[in-house]
Amino acid sequence: MSQSNVHAETYRQEALELLSDVEEAVLDIEQDSGNAEHVNRLFRAMHTIKGSGAMFGFDDIAEFTHHAETVLDRVREGTVPVNKELIDLILASSDQIRSMLQAADSGAAVDVSRSEQIVSGLKALLDVKGDAKAFSPENIEASDADKNMTGKKITCRIRFCPGPSIFATGMDPALLLDELRDFGDCAVIAQTENIPALYDLDPEQCYIFWDVSLTTNKSIDDIRDVFIFVDDESEIKIVEIASDANMENDRKRLGEILVERGDVAKEIVDKALDSQKQIGELLVDSGAVSREKVHSALKEQQIVEKRKATTSSSSVRVPADKLDNLINLVGELVVTQARLTQVSANVNDAGLAIPVEEVERLTGELRDCALNIRMLPIGATFSKFRRLVRDLSSELGKEIELKTEGAETELDKTVIERLDNPLVHLIRNSIDHGIEPPEEREVSGKSRKGTIRLAAEHKGANVVITIEDDGGGLDAEAIKSKAIEKGLIETGDGLSESEIFKLVFAPGFSTNTEVTSVSGRGVGMDVVKREIETLRGSINISSKKGEGTKVTLFLPLTLAIIDGLLVKAGEDRFVLPLSLVDECMELPKDHIANAHSRHLISVRGELVPYIRLREIFDLSGGYPPLEQIVIVKSEGMRVGIVVDKIIGSHQTVIKSLGRMYQDAEGVSGGTILGDGGIALIVDVPKIIQCTERKERVGV
Amino acid sequence: MAKIIMTADDSASIRQMVSFTLKDAGYEVVEAVDGKDALNKLNGAKVNMLITDLNMPNMDGLELIKHVRAKSAFKFIPIIMLTTESQAGKKQEGKAAGATGWIVKPFKPEQLIAVIKKVLR
Repeated sequence: MSQSNVHAETYRQEALELLSDVEEAVLDIEQDSGNAEHVNRLFRAMHTIKGSGAMFGFDDIAEFTHHAETVLDRVREGTVPVNKELIDLILASSDQIRSMLQAADSGAAVDVSRSEQIVSGLKALLDVKGDAKAFSPENIEASDADKNMTGKKITCRIRFCPGPSIFATGMDPALLLDELRDFGDCAVIAQTENIPALYDLDPEQCYIFWDVSLTTNKSIDDIRDVFIFVDDESEIKIVEIASDANMENDRKRLGEILVERGDVAKEIVDKALDSQKQIGELLVDSGAVSREKVHSALKEQQIVEKRKATTSSSSVRVPADKLDNLINLVGELVVTQARLTQVSANVNDAGLAIPVEEVERLTGELRDCALNIRMLPIGATFSKFRRLVRDLSSELGKEIELKTEGAETELDKTVIERLDNPLVHLIRNSIDHGIEPPEEREVSGKSRKGTIRLAAEHKGANVVITIEDDGGGLDAEAIKSKAIEKGLIETGDGLSESEIFKLVFAPGFSTNTEVTSVSGRGVGMDVVKREIETLRGSINISSKKGEGTKVTLFLPLTLAIIDGLLVKAGEDRFVLPLSLVDECMELPKDHIANAHSRHLISVRGELVPYIRLREIFDLSGGYPPLEQIVIVKSEGMRVGIVVDKIIGSHQTVIKSLGRMYQDAEGVSGGTILGDGGIALIVDVPKIIQCTERKERVGV
Repeated sequence: MAKIIMTADDSASIRQMVSFTLKDAGYEVVEAVDGKDALNKLNGAKVNMLITDLNMPNMDGLELIKHVRAKSAFKFIPIIMLTTESQAGKKQEGKAAGATGWIVKPFKPEQLIAVIKKVLR
C-alpha cells in the first residue's frame, strides 16, 4: 500500500468517526439549542472533514462540506438560527458525506443531484448572495505554479525593518535574509543606527534593520512571500529598481538612490553636491544619513552595475599590433610619470605634489590595465596538445591520456606564443621517452594507459607550468655515463641525483640512441632551456625511476615590465633583473689585491667568481675606491657582478633596442629612466656565458 | 541532532500526514491530540517548534499558543498554526497570540516543509 493510500485510509476512518460525532452533536443541539459547545463540536467536526479531505484527495467531500461548514460558522456567530431546517440539512449532509466516502472506496457513483440539492438548501439558509467563495484546491496549485515561471530578471531594493518584538513571535529575521540570498545576487547590509546604548538595550528586542539589494528572476510577489509571516509591526518596502526592460537607463547616482529610498531629502543632496566633495562622505558628515545607509546605497549601485556588466559583456577583437602600441605608449607614460615625480620632488611645491601623486596612481592603474589586456588564458595552447598526444601516441603504439589543469591561467600573449615550441618538445619527450609501451607498463604493474599531466597555475608573480608523466622516469646512471661519453663531465662522482638530471639540459645531450620521428632530431633539452630563459623563466626537472618525470617551468606573467636593480658603472646605468639578484655586498680594494687578480671572492666561506661590468662593456674611467658586488644566481650557480654603485630597485618598462642592436650580446633591452636618461638591461646569463667562453679560449 | 517538532491536531489523519512528512524530512515528531495534551507533553520536553491546529477540543490553538509563549523555554520557538481559508481573521488573532506563521489547509507536504525551512534552523 502506498503512502497516499495509507493516509486516505486513515482519513476515511477518521471521517466516519467524525460523522457519528456530527450526528450526535446535531441531536444534542436539537435537545439543547442554547448550548454553544454543541455547535462548536459540530463545526469542528465538519471543519476537520473538509480540511483533511482536501489534503488527501477527497476534493469532492471537501467542497461539499465547505458549504455545511460555512453555515455552521454562521450558527456559531449567531447569525443563522438553529431550526429544524438546519438540522435536517446537516443530517442530510452527513449522510451524503458518508455515501461519498463509500463511493470513493468502492468506486461507485455518487448521487450528484442530491449533493446539489443539499448545497442549495444550505445556501438558502445563508441568505446571502455569493458570499461563500467557491472553495477549490486547484486554485492554490495554479497560483503556485505561476509564481516560479517568470524568467525575467529584476533588481529590487528591499528595506526590512522588523518590529522590535519580532523575536516574540518566534521569527528569526536572519532566516528570511538567507531566503532572499537564495533568490539570486544579493547584498544585505545591516543598519545598526537604532541600537541603543547597552544599559537601554533589551536583548529580547530587535533593533537592527536591513537594506537588501537583490537581483533575481523571481517576481516581486515571490519576494513579498518571503515576508509573509512578518507582522504589521514590521516595515517592509520592496521597490523594483531595474528590470530587463529598463536596464538601458543611466546608472543611478548615489544621491538619487538615497533620495528614492527616502533616506534623505533631495535638497540636502543638492546642497551636498554643490560643495563638490564625495557625496557619501558629505552626507555622513552632515549627519543627514548614517554611514551604513550610504554604504548600502553604494552596494546597490554596484549590484546594478554588475548586472549591467554581465548583460552587456562581450569581447572586441583587436589587432595585436594595436595592443603592442598601447603597451608602448603606456610604457612611455610610466617613464614620463616617473620623471614628473622626480621633478616635483625637487620643486617641493605642495600644490604640485597632489596632482603628481594622482597621476602616479592613475598611471599605475593604467599600466596594470593595459598589461591585463594582453593576458590570454593558456587553455587554447593546451587544447592543441590534446591532438598532438593522440596522434603521436597512436603512431608509437602507446596508450596515453593527456590531463590538463588550470587552462584558465592567464599569461602574456607573447609568453604564450613563445612557449609553444618548448612545450611541444617537452610533451614529445614524455610521449617518446617517458611513457612506456602498454605491455611494459603492465609488467611493471601500472595501468596500460599512461598519463601526461599538463598544468598551469599562478604562484606569486610567476606562472608555473608542470608537465608530468607517469612513465619510466629518468635513469641517473644512463645519464651519467652518457654525459661522460660526451665529455660533459669527467667522472660524475659526488654528483647528486638532481645535479645529474640537470645534465640533460646541457647542449648536445640526448639519452635516446635512436632518432625517432617524434623526438631526438638534434633539438635537445638545451634548446628548451634556452627558450625558457629568454622568456626570463627557469626550468626544473625531477624524476623517480619507474614512477615518472616532472618538468616544471617558472615563467614571468609579463615580458613588458620587470622589477630591476638599477646600478651604475662608469657614467652609465644598467638594470639587472631583480629576480636573479641574490644579495649585494661591498668589494673591498684590499681584497682585490689579496686575490692575485683572480676574479674570486669568498662569500661566507663560499668562493664566488665575479665579473666586472666595466670590463664587459669596456667602460672608461677610473675605478671607484669602493666597488659594489651584486651576487646573481644564474644557471644554478652564483656569480658576482661588480658595479660602481647600486642605485636601487626600479620598475622597468622594457623597450627593445631597435633593429641595429638586436644581435648585441649581453643586453636584452633598454629602458628610459625617470630623469630622461637611458639604462641598458643586462642579459645576465648571456654575459656569464660570454665570460666563460673567453676564459676557455684564453686557457 | 534532529530538531524536534510537536504537532498538535485533533485530526488523526492530519497528524499522521504531518508527522510522516516531518519524519521523512529528518525531524523528530511529538504528536498531541489537542491543546491540553500538547501543553502537558511540552512540560520538560525539548521541543524546537510547534505546529498546531486552531480548532481543537479541550484547548484550542490560540489558547495553546498563548500558554506556550508564556513558558520561558518556548518564548522564542517558531509556532506555526494550521488555518483554513475561511479563517482570515484568525491569522491576526494567532499572530497576536504569538504565532510565527501559518499554513492554510489544505496543504501539500512540500508546502509544509517549505514553511518549516522558513522559520526553523
